[in-house]
Amino acid sequence: MEISFDRVTKRFGPVLALDEVSAVIAPGSFTALVGASGSGKSTLLKSVNRLVAPDAGRVLIGGRDVMAGPPHRLRRRIGYVFQNVGLFPHMTVAANIAIGLRLAGRDPGGRVAELLALTGLDPALGARMPDQLSGGQRQRVGVARALACAPGLLLMDEPFGALDPVTRDALGRATRSLHDRLGLTTLMVTHDMAEALLLADRVLVMAGGRIVGAGTPAELLAGAAGPEASALVAVPRAQAARLRDLEP
Amino acid sequence: MAAALGRVPELLASHVQLAAAALVLGLAVSLPLAVWAARRPAVARVALGFASLVQTIPALALLALFFPLLLALSSLTGGGIPALGFLPSLLALALYALLPILRTGVAGLTGIDPAVREAADAVGMTAMQKLRLVEAPLAAPVVMAGIRTAAVWTIGAATLSTTVGWPSLGDLIFAGLQTQDWARVTAGCIAAAGLALLVDALLGLVERGIRAGRPAVALAGLALLVAGSLAACLPRLAAPPPTITVGAKNFSEQFVLARLIGRRLEAAGWRVRYRDGLGSAVIFQALASGAVDVYVDYAGTLWANELRRTDRPTAPAMVEEIARWAAANHGITVAGPLGFENAYALAVREADARRLGLATLADLARVAPGLALGSDLEFLSRPEWRAVRDAYGLRFRAQRSYAPTFMYRALASHDVDVIAAFSSDGRIAAQRLTVLADPKGALPRYDALLLVAPGRQALAEALAPLIGAVPVAAMRAANLRVDRDIDKKSPMEAAAWLDVTIGGPKP
Repeated sequence: MEISFDRVTKRFGPVLALDEVSAVIAPGSFTALVGASGSGKSTLLKSVNRLVAPDAGRVLIGGRDVMAGPPHRLRRRIGYVFQNVGLFPHMTVAANIAIGLRLAGRDPGGRVAELLALTGLDPALGARMPDQLSGGQRQRVGVARALACAPGLLLMDEPFGALDPVTRDALGRATRSLHDRLGLTTLMVTHDMAEALLLADRVLVMAGGRIVGAGTPAELLAGAAGPEASALVAVPRAQAARLRDLEP
Repeated sequence: MAAALGRVPELLASHVQLAAAALVLGLAVSLPLAVWAARRPAVARVALGFASLVQTIPALALLALFFPLLLALSSLTGGGIPALGFLPSLLALALYALLPILRTGVAGLTGIDPAVREAADAVGMTAMQKLRLVEAPLAAPVVMAGIRTAAVWTIGAATLSTTVGWPSLGDLIFAGLQTQDWARVTAGCIAAAGLALLVDALLGLVERGIRAGRPAVALAGLALLVAGSLAACLPRLAAPPPTITVGAKNFSEQFVLARLIGRRLEAAGWRVRYRDGLGSAVIFQALASGAVDVYVDYAGTLWANELRRTDRPTAPAMVEEIARWAAANHGITVAGPLGFENAYALAVREADARRLGLATLADLARVAPGLALGSDLEFLSRPEWRAVRDAYGLRFRAQRSYAPTFMYRALASHDVDVIAAFSSDGRIAAQRLTVLADPKGALPRYDALLLVAPGRQALAEALAPLIGAVPVAAMRAANLRVDRDIDKKSPMEAAAWLDVTIGGPKP
């Protein structure tokens, strides 16, 4: 499913969060939205599933305006994963994963076990409550919940931001492999350029509510996506160089 | 004690009916309001501000305020709204239950992790699904704490419904306080406290069930609460309603006279019930509206409070004018005077009267600046007090108000030196008090009058033998049987004694 942003504008009081953003996300792509805090990347992401309603402009999914129809119908077709996970604390892990199916009036059947396996979780965890899980396990449950209704589109807002580096790396790879296996269209917000370069097919760089650079990881590394993109790429590149120098 | 306990089941049932209805109404209003307030901070400010304001009004005053409010509403809408009994009690108690439920409801809902709300939206819940599946279950344990508080408050405050004519365990407490029948007070308090503890425990069970995610436990607690409330309503459905309601104000003589009237009516074949503890203003309106069928009031009280007159005619002229006015304005029949007067009379200890040479109110005015005056709760705000104060130029060192029983005690213990006593009170003789004469006639006549509700003339006929039949000595003696500390009798026993003394049927 193709996502297209058409001069999307959003203000929060005096702050211009999105300034006439236009972009197209190709179906089946894994796209990273990168930028500093306050650059507007989360706002742009949330305009897709209407957690944010633009003041002007349109967001289209497969050519259809997201503002048409009630928001809950739209959201049930879109997977959403965010940094704070937001698992329902009064429901078991299995009930959390099955919530989308329950809302749609569908029988979860063996789907919960399937999703636990898909996200690399022990099936026995289904009976646990969220507060009995580690941070990494919780985010895997968050991914499983987002994928339960087999959405074609997955939105991720700093999904691994609160995790330790090892878990973060493992979950990043797992998510990329799920994206490939399930044929998803994935849009991921991150402030970590290295993560974006390693996981995404395409990187959009945002600053001040505008897209200031776009390209494949190779193009970004070659400095072909503009000065802001190059400045962000320079950081992990310099770190990598320093690490290499440290090696005996 | 047996007599005190005998009324507990009936009063408990009535108490439960009121408290349960008030709590359900309070929940029905405050829960949706809490949901709304949690979404709109402006609504929360207004709603919580209002509920807090209500909470600052003493429960007794809140109940009493609904009486004129409903009366005005009833006259605006052409009648039919009962201003006494269940409705004002229900509304006042429901208002009282708002604050704890509203406050915990808003706190419970706004305290939910924003990430959980965002997730609820993101998985595609509608506003109703979000409320039902996420917000309500997460706020429930907090709200349950508020509901428990509201339940305990409501059950406690329901004892006050006695004062606006709905029977409750407060009947035992108020009547017991008046007659110093501590067994009755204790029975009322223990029953009310026991009920509150039981309901709190059952709601606690519901709360624990919700917290632990065990719906069976929560439902069991809820089922017991519903069953108890329904059981309390059964006698109301089963028993035919009593036909005649005899009213009484909040002091011993009124309790005795109500039962004297009740005995005569039962002897004449009527079913009778009693409504004790009504305020002076409330009871007259209750009679006019038919909520009370018959009671005894005093000429001076009606003259000042209802007719709003300040002149001082002779006793027969005053009774005649009251009868004319009551019939013309309210359709009330004044069956006639009972034969004694219960006037305000300033009394002092006999020893003081001798020592200070006090015989009249004029004598009292001379030494008043060195003395303290004790009165009942309403005397100092009544026109009679202003009249006597201005006529004699009375200025006291201090003025204190008491429940009537404690007023006599305060005089005995020298906390006060002068009291606004009642001329038919048995304690005047028993406590060796001197009643000071009123040479200027500043205090009005307080002949006891038998009043009958519109359309109840048959009662006036049945009670005709009581007219002029109760001499003040007999009334004092009957009152003393209830008020004295030793060998205390119940109002019913005192009424039976009075009935025989004045030549009625043998018990």
